[in-house]
Order: sequence, then C-alpha cells, then structure tokens
Amino acid sequence: MTVALAILDNFWVFLVIKLLAVVLVLLGFSLAIIYAELKIMAHMQARIGPYFAGGRFGWAQPFADALKFLQKEDLVPDEADSPVFRLAPAVSLMSTVAVFVIVPFSPTLIARDLDVGIFYALAVSSIGTLGVLMAGWSSANKYSLMGGLRAAAQLIAYELPMVLAVAAVVVQAGTMSMVGIVEAQGGTALFTIPGTDIGLPFVMVGQIVAFGIFMTAALAELSRIPFDMPIAESELVFGYLTEYSGIRFTMFFLAEYAGMFSMAALATTLFLGGWYLPGLDPTIFGPFVMMGKVSLLVFVMIWVRVTWPRLREDQLQSFAWKWLIPVSLANIMVTAVLKVVL
Amino acid sequence: MAFSDWITDARNIVFLVIALTMVGGALVVVTTRNVVHSALTLVVVLGGSAALFLMLGAEFVAWAVILVYVGAVVVLFLFGIMITRAPIGRDSVRLDHERRWPPALIALSVFVVMAWSTTLAFGSEQISGGVIRTDAIGDLLFSRYVIPFEAVSFVLLAALIGGIVLARKDPDR
Repeated sequence: MTVALAILDNFWVFLVIKLLAVVLVLLGFSLAIIYAELKIMAHMQARIGPYFAGGRFGWAQPFADALKFLQKEDLVPDEADSPVFRLAPAVSLMSTVAVFVIVPFSPTLIARDLDVGIFYALAVSSIGTLGVLMAGWSSANKYSLMGGLRAAAQLIAYELPMVLAVAAVVVQAGTMSMVGIVEAQGGTALFTIPGTDIGLPFVMVGQIVAFGIFMTAALAELSRIPFDMPIAESELVFGYLTEYSGIRFTMFFLAEYAGMFSMAALATTLFLGGWYLPGLDPTIFGPFVMMGKVSLLVFVMIWVRVTWPRLREDQLQSFAWKWLIPVSLANIMVTAVLKVVL
Repeated sequence: MAFSDWITDARNIVFLVIALTMVGGALVVVTTRNVVHSALTLVVVLGGSAALFLMLGAEFVAWAVILVYVGAVVVLFLFGIMITRAPIGRDSVRLDHERRWPPALIALSVFVVMAWSTTLAFGSEQISGGVIRTDAIGDLLFSRYVIPFEAVSFVLLAALIGGIVLARKDPDR
C-alpha cells in the first residue's frame, strides 16, 4: 500500500493517471452522448432507432460505429497539404479536451482550479477554430474550403456573444475561478431562498438572458443544428470533413461530442450551480449532481437538433451581430449596475 | 554566470526550448513559400510567447495572448487569405521582396537595441512586486491605470469606426 502511494507521489506518474482518467471519462461520456442522441432522435421522430446491436436496446451501436470508423483506411488526398491535413484533427480534439482541466466535478475533484479558470476555457476552445480552418484549407477541395470558411465566420461571430455572456457571470460572481463561481451560487451565495440559507443558481437570479445567449452560442460553436451550415450535407457534401476518413474523421467526430460535454459542463458551472444541490453533500454527491445537470443540457441540445430547421448563412450572421452581441452588452451593463447597487 | 551553471537550472532549459522554437518558427514565417504555412507557423511563435508569460507567472496575459492573437487575429488572417486565394503547395504570388535586406537589418538592430538596453538596465536583478492575481490586475486597470486604459479603448473604437467607413458601400453611388 505504501509502495503504491509512493508511486502516486511521483509527479509524472500522477500526471499520466490523471490524463488517462480524463481521456477514459471523456471517451465513455462521448459514446453515451452518441447513443443517447441516436435513441432520443429516433423516439422524437417516431421511429425505434438502434435495436439489435448488443442484444437489447441497441446499446452496442456507438461501439460498433466507433470500430467501423477505426477500421476504415486513413486517406490523405494527393493534392492535400499533408502535414496540415494530418495535424488538423489533433488541434481540434486537443482544444476540446484541454477545457476539462478547469471543469469542477466537486470542490476537490478538479484537475486544476486556475485563478483565470473560465478565461482559460474560452482561450483554449478558441484554438479549435484553427483546426477547422486547417482542415478546410488543406483538403484541396472546394467544398471543404467553403465549409472551413463558413465555420470560421460562424465561430468568430459566436465567440463574441459567448465571451460577453460569460463576462456578465464573472461580474456577478466576482471571480473567474470555476470553484469560486460555483461557490458564489452555493455556500456563499448573495441571493438565497427567503428564510433559508439555500443559494440560488445564477440562471434564477438575473442571468437567464446570459444563459440563453451562452447556450445559443455553444450550439453555434459546436456547429450543431440549427447552426450546422459548415457541414450542410445538401450544399457542401460534408463541409470541411469531406476528405477525412478513418481515425482522423473519428477524432473530429469525438471532438464534436466531447465539445457538447464540455460546453454543457461550462454552462452548468456558470449558470446552474455546478455540483451544488441543496441538501446533498457536494464532496460525495457533487460529481453525480454535476453529471445530472450536464445530461439535462445535453438532452436539450439533442432536442433542439431534432426540432429546428437549419438557418441560412446570412440569417446566422445577422442574428449574432445584430441581436446576440447588443443584448449581451446590455446584459453586462445591467449586471454591473446591479452589482454596484445591491 | 557561467553557461554550465545556467544550463543546469531546469527553468532555463524550458526557456531555451521555447525560445529556440520561437526563433525557428519566426524564421519559417518569413521564409516559407506558402502564405498559409506562414500564418500557421505564426501560431507556434505566438504560442511560444504565451508560454513565456506562463513561465513568468502572468497567467492572465498568457491566455489573453492565446484568446486574442491565436483565436482571433491569426484566424482572421487565415480567413482573409482563404476568402481571396487559397494556394496549396507553392504560392503563385511571390511572398518575397527584392529589397529584403534593409528590413532584415532594421529588425536585427531593433532586437539588438532592446536586448542590450534591457540587459544594461536590469542585469541579473530579480524584479519583485509583480501583479499576478487576476483580480489585482483588474483593480489596477480600473484605478491607477484607468486613463491609459480608456485612451486605448478610444483608439480601438476609432479604428473600428474607420474600418466600417472604409468597408461600407456608399448608397448614393
């Protein structure tokens, strides 16, 4: 036992264990999201969905899909810019995975509670845009290039309202540390249910607008319906992913679903009170509460995907620049004034 | 300090790796034949500068470099290049210029002047009392440095309006 603990004390060994844990949790949760999406979409569209794989309920379908993708040949087009083409999926996946450094699952279960927490998350997730542009350009395919351009324009446009929505939360919480933001909604909350000391999450005390903006921008950042013009099948084959196959396509695919997880986790922490639920001890139940709230948001994302039509490119741009950004600026102003007054 | 002493410090090795990567990347930025490769290598250089800020403990500045320069400026560069021309392989337009030596000389002399003057001014003295915590930076920006801060934001606003004026079509013509 002491030997095992001594090994754990080694910085590098502990780092490898942490990394493995993050990757496995991420992979497992992404597969779960893929399965949930298959099933929920099927039931919302009045069909059954995966049924036979694995014997019952088609539970093995995501594994079968993953294996199928991995078996395929890893193609690099002749004309493609090979190093950039090969690097693009890694950049995209890395920027999504790096966000999990600051996602708090309980007061202690967090890779690193950075002082600049949420700012770090926004910074590393903005690198993902680079991966998309690299993929679109290096494929030497006009559909890929158009998809990459659309994606870049969209990600630039929606990064701004997302940052501004987060800024309002940071003003209200008075900190950028993720643990600090959760605590501002829990133990040390300014607003409580009258007569008790139970804190209210930010979405219920003034940040409902910011929450709406954040979730809209998150859908756009993930290029999911109704914001999936970059990979609009009927216009662009598969956008910037057209030329990708095998393991590299899987990496992009995984980046999308891990991205759903990370965006939902950020929204949970910022607006829904993270691990905090009145009456439950956060050190024990924290991760489960957190996962429950994240699953709820992921369900909403899938629900939106099934029920909304795709926006047009110009509608998407004018929605971001003419509505979301002014509204989020006004939201920051109101939050700041109320913060000083209250 | 002797070089053998200097190199045994792990921090100096990390610094050396980052600095050499940045110098190499910067050379590729100006010598490569493909304008997209040039922009992508610029990302490596900017990432290196963010890493240097991280080494100095200035987390906020480091991630601001990533968010602003990598996430926005270089992405806009790439967007601009790709929407006008997207050369694969060797660029058809020459990126080089016949008079490349005068600017190289100017760049080198700027480097020499800055390196020489900072070494002369500070030597190996350790500067203490830096502001590291993000809330402290915020407090300082909005108390002691509020006028420069507002001046900078005013300049940026002017640049923004200038951009709009240049880009919009005149409805009368």
